[in-house]
Amino acid sequence: MDPAMSPRREAPSSPDEAGEVMRAAGAEGRRVRIRGGGTKWSWGRPAEPPEVDVSTERLDRVVEHNEGDLTAVFEAGLPFARAQEALANAGQMVALDPPFGLPGEGDRATIGGVVATGDSGPLRHRYGAPRDLILGITVALSDGTVARAGGKVIKNVAGYDLAKLFTGSFGTLGLIVEVVMRLHPRPPETVTAVGVSGDPDALGEAASAVAHSPFGPECLDVSWDGGHGEVMARFVGAAPEAGAREVVKLLERAGLDARLAADDDDRWNRQRARQRSADGAVVRVSGLASELPKVLRSAREVGASLVGRAGLGLSWMTLGEGDVPELVSNIEEVRRRLHPFPCVVLDAPAEVREKVEVWGDDGALPLMRRVKARFDGPGVCNPGIFVGGI
Amino acid sequence: MIDDRLVERFRHICGPEHVLTDRHELRTYESDGLRHYRTPAALAVLPGSADEVRQIVLACHGAKVPWVARGAGTGLSGGAIPVEDGVLVVLTRLNRILEVDLDNQRVVVEPCVTNAAISKAVGPTHFYPPDPSSQVVSTIGGNVAENAGGLHCFKYGFTTNYVTGLEIVLSDGEVATLGGKELDWPGYDLVGTFVGSEGTLGIATRITLRVTPEAEGHRTMVGYFDSIEQAGQAVTDIVGAGMVPAAIEIMDKLTIEATENWTHAGYPVDVGAALIVELDGSEAECDARFDDVMEIYERNGATGTRVAEDEDERALIWKARKAAFAAMGYVSPYYYVQDSVIPRTRLAEVLKRIDGLSRDYGFKVANVFHAGDGNLHPLVCYDARKEGELERAEELSGKIVLACVEAGGSITGEHGVGLDKKQFMTAMFSEQDLQAFQRLRCAFDPDQLANPGKVMPTPRLCGEVPGPYRKHPLEQAGVAERF
Repeated sequence: MDPAMSPRREAPSSPDEAGEVMRAAGAEGRRVRIRGGGTKWSWGRPAEPPEVDVSTERLDRVVEHNEGDLTAVFEAGLPFARAQEALANAGQMVALDPPFGLPGEGDRATIGGVVATGDSGPLRHRYGAPRDLILGITVALSDGTVARAGGKVIKNVAGYDLAKLFTGSFGTLGLIVEVVMRLHPRPPETVTAVGVSGDPDALGEAASAVAHSPFGPECLDVSWDGGHGEVMARFVGAAPEAGAREVVKLLERAGLDARLAADDDDRWNRQRARQRSADGAVVRVSGLASELPKVLRSAREVGASLVGRAGLGLSWMTLGEGDVPELVSNIEEVRRRLHPFPCVVLDAPAEVREKVEVWGDDGALPLMRRVKARFDGPGVCNPGIFVGGI
Repeated sequence: MIDDRLVERFRHICGPEHVLTDRHELRTYESDGLRHYRTPAALAVLPGSADEVRQIVLACHGAKVPWVARGAGTGLSGGAIPVEDGVLVVLTRLNRILEVDLDNQRVVVEPCVTNAAISKAVGPTHFYPPDPSSQVVSTIGGNVAENAGGLHCFKYGFTTNYVTGLEIVLSDGEVATLGGKELDWPGYDLVGTFVGSEGTLGIATRITLRVTPEAEGHRTMVGYFDSIEQAGQAVTDIVGAGMVPAAIEIMDKLTIEATENWTHAGYPVDVGAALIVELDGSEAECDARFDDVMEIYERNGATGTRVAEDEDERALIWKARKAAFAAMGYVSPYYYVQDSVIPRTRLAEVLKRIDGLSRDYGFKVANVFHAGDGNLHPLVCYDARKEGELERAEELSGKIVLACVEAGGSITGEHGVGLDKKQFMTAMFSEQDLQAFQRLRCAFDPDQLANPGKVMPTPRLCGEVPGPYRKHPLEQAGVAERF
């Protein structure tokens, strides 16, 4: 193998080292690829291979856990599951449950990777996405700058919110070194109301009724697989059953076959796991809650299975087996049917990624290019993988 | 002075009646909620549509004239103070609710719709959680600029958690559409980046907000304590028990006296502190937690409690709290309000420092406190008619801010940096941090025409966009290597 093709490996272990690694890459004009646990490594547009592989594996400490203040400071390479384990001892959590992020799922997704991709799971219904829970950030830019924004308190408006800018930026602005997260208490009890139906309209009506109800579920998901659909709402707290029972009634009223399910971890872990696919293609649809029936019918038409945050209009559609041309044409078909909703291809075989525009619509691209140019002048941070080839 | 041709251009864009140049008319706009800062604008223009905003900004860009956007002017950091020889873009005519899409829990508005109007438009089944005390007057555009908070932030979050889409006019007159009703638009989270940027990145002309269902039940209960420390410990116990109440507020003795004078809400004036806790959720959840809170009140030595029996009493309890700033006029002719944040666990220690400083300076300091999220509003009471008092009150206020930063907190939780707190930015941020902020500013507004002189402690330039790395010819030829 041509040695020039093998990227230089760097694994900084402090913010200063991270700054130096990034500065060197910027000065040399070498393409950097940032790697956490590698679980979302393939996401984004196909791009030229990196010349420097920057791993966050040695940035893996819980820097602070301020239990009484409900905040924690983590280094970016800390496995998400390990962060959650550390917090669980105090009855607390980062209220995010992305795939590969729970204890028992291995030291895989890292906190930095989850923030950089903005990934989330069913808890998003109540607590929001990484953007909603991040309080502060430390980043290393490609000119060696190590900068911090935000703070360590749960309320703070001093300075620009660079934590939000970097959240979901896929490493294209710089390396996330450290993050400050808001924590929540881990609720004591859980119970789930589940309703079953094969009718997209009934599922949509049921989900809407729950989303607009005053009972406040922690999670509200939909599932669709081979004509079998479910709406599920998880209740937590000191008295979760009362709300769940009311929701069973709402689900029944919409024509679903509904019941309470007590031991519900497996169900929710399945929902999380189905946001990913090892060999198929996953399309994340940013839709509207009211259009859930349309999204479900689109999934049915192309033979896809689906999980989604029913109250938020977000769905993950898995296009399973099929050869490359079929996957590509099904992705295009989903986009055509659901236009103008953004449909982003997350997991997909490399041949498929070559043939579709994974990000779809580019949004405010000229302004995004200006932001990129200011933060990563040399253009070395994960170049080419983001919207519009940023 | 604004060039006559530019004035003519504005008259052409908005109609002559919407361009103010008279010195007396302009006095209305010379300050915002912080009355001790005053700068007269050279000219105020009141556009009637998003496109008129765009044309005004474009004209300013052509003439390289700076401008400041303004809503209701209730801000408490001097963020909407005009710049001398600049244009004030007064957005009050952009006050329409454009769409209520309850099916999708979205409301689309122009910037000068008031905060309270949103909840009214979607009630009683839904509400818009960020609720600054000024909500009857303050506008969504201003809320977006400052990332406004309020009483219900601890559970529900801030403005930034409720804005899903923006149409903004950039300082070069370009219009950018960021996000929409849908979540997770591809690309950078420029919506989240813009919210809280204090009018320095552009003008939001169309704002899409998320609203949320009202909870089934509410329990609002006040505990009275001899000391603010006891009330603080009760908050620690509540949070430690795993509860996330919708609101947790503390008022000290001086604040209670002031608000009671005005609102007659029935708070006893002989207590040291009042702790207001509001629970929401299902009725069953509220019932279960109600007893827990009452037990915690008792355990921390509450001398009395009050529970809202109905919606009217709930409103009355909150009316007193929301009137705190305005009511301070009963205690002192002038006050200086701060907005610092501390890690909540450092409350007792920081209050002791504030108390010491208060005695050193001989000024009363009242405290209102968003206790859940550690946001303090110390109100320094002084008399500006007495020589030197304003300066000394400012000095005391500054020391309080720095004490909060030293405790690991922030200079501002919801009011913004504006003019008032920019001098403290260096206490929180290093030069590298400030330079990173400046990169963002320059990406949006390289000529720095949008609200210049705010947020950043010292003026700085933008410079050229750094170009991509290119190989030197000697490197290309393999003659030299770069180290």
